[in-house]
Amino acid sequence: MTSITLEHYIILSALLFSLGVLGIFINRKSLLHLLMCLELSLLAVNIALIAFGTAHGDIKGQVMALFVLTVAAAEVAVGLAIVTAFFRLRRSIHMDDISLHSQKSEA
Amino acid sequence: MNQLLFYLPAVLITVSAMTVVWTRNPVYGVFALILAFFNGAALCLMLGAELIAMVIIIVYVGAVAVLFLFVVMMLDIDGAIKDARLTQYLPLAALLATILFLELLFFIQISLSEASVTAIAPSTITNTEALGRVIYTDYMPLFEIAALILLVAMVGAIILMNHHRRRQRQDVMHQTDSARKKSVQLRQVKTGQGLK
Repeated sequence: MTSITLEHYIILSALLFSLGVLGIFINRKSLLHLLMCLELSLLAVNIALIAFGTAHGDIKGQVMALFVLTVAAAEVAVGLAIVTAFFRLRRSIHMDDISLHSQKSEA
Repeated sequence: MNQLLFYLPAVLITVSAMTVVWTRNPVYGVFALILAFFNGAALCLMLGAELIAMVIIIVYVGAVAVLFLFVVMMLDIDGAIKDARLTQYLPLAALLATILFLELLFFIQISLSEASVTAIAPSTITNTEALGRVIYTDYMPLFEIAALILLVAMVGAIILMNHHRRRQRQDVMHQTDSARKKSVQLRQVKTGQGLK
């Protein structure tokens, strides 16, 4: 049995990131699902950064992960505020309803 | 033991990520996201990043997931997410995600050396202290920019939620603009008659 190496963590991170991208493709219509999948991708990036930092004996990876985390928190706050404002405006969180043109042509 | 501590969170995080991707109910999605964050924190602990693990639990589970839950609760989205899934794009999406994953795997295989993962911090200082020594010195500008980003995000979120509401507010221009002629009138009142 081999021990856990950097490769394990990076492959797991790549898998998580791909799952997040898959979720963004599949749930393309719902803003809320989209934001959740985005958070998943950011978590994968964080794991990769920390794994690289640990493998190279460098604390900078964790510093970068901390800043990614900060930006992710800010992003989700603004994103959810936009979702709520959008829902108040249109009573829906479909991506299709964002466009001002499609509202008239499809209805 | 070491392997179990890696593979258990790894499997759990993958399963919960799949749940986030596949579930139609956003509440289940948020709970699966919380499970993913906990397992991510466990992986960070395994990598020797204790502070990041705790920050992930506090920020992601304590703030972000609760924010998601509040939004899910406040919005009446039962009807709104009825056909929120594009199943006709599923093969294409799966193909693209698989290609992305294989690409990442390929580059990982050709570029990574066999570096072993050991905890960084020597036993003299803790992980938190090591981070603090770097953040508050070398990365001070970045740290302040992060604070600014959080401030701007907070102001932006509050403005986005508040701007539609008409509330009583002080209009300074209107107040200073008012003249005596607009508000005060002089009348000659005769005794015993009063004003009409």
